[in-house]
Amino acid sequence: MADAVHPELETMTLDAARSAVQEGRLTAFALAEQHYGRIGAVDPGVNSYLALSRERALEQAEKIDAAAKAGGPLGPLAGVPLGIKDVLVMRGAPATAGSRILKDYHPPYDATAVAKLEAAGAVLLGKLNCDEFAMGSSNENSAYGPVQNPRAPGHVPGGSSGGSAAAVAAGLCIGSLGTDTGGSIRQPAAFCGVVGVLPTYGRVSRYGLIAFASSLDRVGPLARSVKDAATLLEVLAGPDPMDATSSAQPVPSYNVEAAKPVSGLKIGVPEEYFGEGLDPELRQAVEKALDDLRAGGCTVEKISLPHTRYAVPTYYLIATAEASSNLSRFDGVRFGLRSAESNTLAAMFRNSRDEGFGAEVKRRILLGTYALSAGYYDAYYRKAQQVRALLAHDFLNAFAKVDAIVCPVTPSPAFKLGEKTDDPLQMYLEDIYSVAASLAGICGMSVPCGTTAAGLPVGVQVLAKHFEEAKMLRVGAAIEAAQAG
Amino acid sequence: MNAVEKVTLEQVQDVATLANLELSPEELPRLANDLNAILGYVEQLNELDTTYVLPMAQVSEVLGIQPSLAGESLRADQVRPSLDRGAVMAEAPETDGRFFKVPKVIER
Repeated sequence: MADAVHPELETMTLDAARSAVQEGRLTAFALAEQHYGRIGAVDPGVNSYLALSRERALEQAEKIDAAAKAGGPLGPLAGVPLGIKDVLVMRGAPATAGSRILKDYHPPYDATAVAKLEAAGAVLLGKLNCDEFAMGSSNENSAYGPVQNPRAPGHVPGGSSGGSAAAVAAGLCIGSLGTDTGGSIRQPAAFCGVVGVLPTYGRVSRYGLIAFASSLDRVGPLARSVKDAATLLEVLAGPDPMDATSSAQPVPSYNVEAAKPVSGLKIGVPEEYFGEGLDPELRQAVEKALDDLRAGGCTVEKISLPHTRYAVPTYYLIATAEASSNLSRFDGVRFGLRSAESNTLAAMFRNSRDEGFGAEVKRRILLGTYALSAGYYDAYYRKAQQVRALLAHDFLNAFAKVDAIVCPVTPSPAFKLGEKTDDPLQMYLEDIYSVAASLAGICGMSVPCGTTAAGLPVGVQVLAKHFEEAKMLRVGAAIEAAQAG
Repeated sequence: MNAVEKVTLEQVQDVATLANLELSPEELPRLANDLNAILGYVEQLNELDTTYVLPMAQVSEVLGIQPSLAGESLRADQVRPSLDRGAVMAEAPETDGRFFKVPKVIER
């Protein structure tokens, strides 16, 4: 079994994989098979994959190999093995969204993000575990079992894109797609020591994404380096006729942009993100990143995002309200689970949803339905939308003065499995540094920044204005480069 | 929002009915508890005076991008191929190939 483990895959970058395939040093087929071998050997202990799309992957690999052999032009992701979070649909593979209610659902189409990756030459290995309908911060809400953090045994990988972060960290794919509604890419990336990018709202098409909260949901890449993430984002970004919220803003070469020097950039440090609850080791990591940026020629100044403390309550009203509406489509009629014993239509709806939804999903649907119900709409939903506007203006005011914001991703590093499952509110507070950016629609990323004394990965968050991913990636790349040095 | 009125078990049951959720006798009090804890927590939004703040429903609003009333921000309304009907119907729990079958709706 030793050769099936392929330890070299753990650190292989996207560039290395693609150039090996292009130069004929490694076939895309062999690279895919090595990954499947490693998944077979390692993933039983991680539980990151919910399904493998072997046939489709190997067929694509053969196509890439034939093109490479013919010396033809290869796409920017030619032969690169990637994993897809299971809330995105992919023809030929099940899409469960981590829920029992979609256990045997085989979507008959591809999400735009999935199709774009494949068109760029990527080899899609399979579907990655996540919290049910992307609702969670630990991946413990998956109906298919929790994911282990490969960098910190016994700890959660974060969530909801826990499988997407864990698979990249464990060498089970070179990059992956995640989704982020309130922190679901950035937080698991930080917990697992990989790069995670939350693109601006509208930057990446959501066609084929199983919706959680439509005014917040975003699709983005996780990878082993800022450069890899930039390459993936460049492929993913752009307008899509199938998603009316996708933006026609031009897509720059993120790879070229990320390599530009940071000298002269103004970095804002929001005082509200360094309050009492912040772990001292994480504070130190952010301070070190700021020192590195200063050394790189950035100026660093204190800023204020005064409404920050209202972000979590605002988020949990808006996200749950939208979820209660989006998840009404799961009724046992057109797809997914139907309860076997129901004599009436109404009973069939209720029983199918009862058998299909997990506890957290029910809790959020209830909260959202309550917040939208007659008599409470103005007090909760409308109020939250008003505070959302204040939070967005906090950022717009800040970005009038600075180019990017650097702050922690989470108040503490990866926690232990089971540590927070009994208290939903405690779990929601996990999102305290990530949800404001989600509500404002700006872009953000998590960059690995060493480990704690106990060996837990640490991430630093970089935020930039809407559609200024290029600047964000530059700052992220500078932080990353200083780590290596 | 009036100062934290407790949500009663009966109200939770009503909301569950609205959301087509079936709650077991064990789930009901637990969810009522959770709901009260969360609603108590979101109460802090009332510290903010938002009388003159326009609610933000979409990100484009803060960027000053308003959806066009003339529809040019939408894609052209053209006939285009859609998903294969057979493939879609194959995912239905119960179907005759053309329609979704459900339990009887009208009582005799």
